[in-house]
Amino acid sequence: MQAEQISIFLENKAGRLSEVTGILSENGVNIRALALADTTDFGVLRLIVDDNSKAEQVLKQGGFTVRKTKVVAVEVQDQPGGLHSILDILHRAEINVEYMYAFVRQSGNNAVMIFRFDQPDEAIRVLSDNGISVIKGANLYSM
Amino acid sequence: MIYDIEYETMPREALESIQARRLQATVSRVYATVPFYRNKFDEAGIGPGDINSVSDLQRLPFTTKQDLRDNYPYGMFAVPMDNVVRIHASSGTTGKPTVVGYTNRDIHTWAELMARSLAAGGATRGDIVHNAYGYGLFTGGLGAHYGAEKLGASVIPVSGGNTKRQVVIMRDFGPTVLTCTPSYSLHLAEAAEDMGVSFRDLNFKCGIFGAEPWSENMRREIEEKLNLTAVDIYGLSEVIGPGVAVECQEAQAGLHIAEDHFIAEIIDPATGEVLPHGETGELVLTSITKEAFPVIRYRTRDITSLNPEPCVCGRTMIRMNKISGRTDDMLIIRGVNVFPSQIESVLMEIEGVEPHYQMEIDRKDNLDTLTIRVEVSQSAFSDEVKELQRFEDRIANEIKELFGISAVVKLAEPKTIARSEGKAARVIDRREI
Repeated sequence: MQAEQISIFLENKAGRLSEVTGILSENGVNIRALALADTTDFGVLRLIVDDNSKAEQVLKQGGFTVRKTKVVAVEVQDQPGGLHSILDILHRAEINVEYMYAFVRQSGNNAVMIFRFDQPDEAIRVLSDNGISVIKGANLYSM
Repeated sequence: MIYDIEYETMPREALESIQARRLQATVSRVYATVPFYRNKFDEAGIGPGDINSVSDLQRLPFTTKQDLRDNYPYGMFAVPMDNVVRIHASSGTTGKPTVVGYTNRDIHTWAELMARSLAAGGATRGDIVHNAYGYGLFTGGLGAHYGAEKLGASVIPVSGGNTKRQVVIMRDFGPTVLTCTPSYSLHLAEAAEDMGVSFRDLNFKCGIFGAEPWSENMRREIEEKLNLTAVDIYGLSEVIGPGVAVECQEAQAGLHIAEDHFIAEIIDPATGEVLPHGETGELVLTSITKEAFPVIRYRTRDITSLNPEPCVCGRTMIRMNKISGRTDDMLIIRGVNVFPSQIESVLMEIEGVEPHYQMEIDRKDNLDTLTIRVEVSQSAFSDEVKELQRFEDRIANEIKELFGISAVVKLAEPKTIARSEGKAARVIDRREI
């Protein structure tokens, strides 16, 4: 049920981000979601794309440090309290969220959030038990 | 393999009597032919007649790099130009270059020393030597070249640079011995990997690496990445070039000094006092067979110690430990003496650190700051920022613990720290003092 994310190490230097997007664009890789975490000297760019293997390969060829990471895509009701109810379930199950960010597209009437958990399998089980829908990787990339 | 059994395994007593005789001859000759030495000896009130044993060497004055510069270009030559068949020069990065000359016999001696060195590193006459030391005024290229020919091996005189072509040659020509600087060997490994060539599929069995200081950890890195046995070779153009000392493949623990041609001393760089075996200080070398460019008590500015313990390889020549730094690249950061090689050792101990790093020293508000840029490897990279910061902190903590200096560690993208084709530039000191 987990989805794959591409993580890229970036130094804080002008133009580095556009080099990544340039490489992906030239190779016809479509970015579905994106989040950038940064410190004063470096950043980590996280991407959900439609073709992980290709993205990883072309970015490595371009000289970037890249790794694939397992994440979980969760449907969130698009109304006040939607995200809170999910975090509440996770909190009670003592599952930590390392980070999260929003997916661009909606799934039906629901928003989609990407989560990085310390215990992803346990998180998926708890969420499913509570009637929260987790989106399969294959479905996510083509949404 | 030992190339010259007679000399390399000579009993100490016999060796020392040869040294005394050769030292005496050298001192008499430089006194007669080089005005610089005559003046220096006269000032010190000592003449060739006072030098009767190796221990009398201590009574002679030192020769420094500055002395060589002051006599630029040919003032230190001890033979007329008619007898000089080769000229080399050191790079003039820190001033005027130093010019050195060789007679026919000097070239022969040097080739013998390099043949010994290659053999000590594991090369035989059946080998193919990929010689990626630079050819030209630098002594590395031609030194290794003549030594390999003397040994009877086949030399590929590829010189430095044009790394991609070198990888193709390594793949197609099947060399078995690699000679280059240690940093360039890693550069070659990286280039090969990029081109899809694995050192596991190449024929290399050993490498003889020198011309810059490198640590024990870097040796492990090279042996692992290049799939060969790596030994350290030492030399400097002022003394003869590479081949002054070399590690044996059997022990890989210290470099045997060719004592039938050079006498080594360790001194306290501040006082000039000769230190006993085992103590660390500046290496001082005296040549006792050179004709065109003899040097008397030349201060190498290299920091090491001497180890007189017998070696498993059978050579009786004393060993010097790996160079741990240079008196002139010693950094004083907030009053703490640090050699870049010590920092390198710390870095290489840490899992996930690439052998590419740079130290930057600045002075802000009268306070020295040390920034270490380290390339992040695939294995150290995490998608979590806190993991990466933990990695940075770990390096900073190790350095703080060992040297008491706070360093700022910055992770860099792969291949963004400048590679050098020759000697790597590890330190950028921007302090204006």
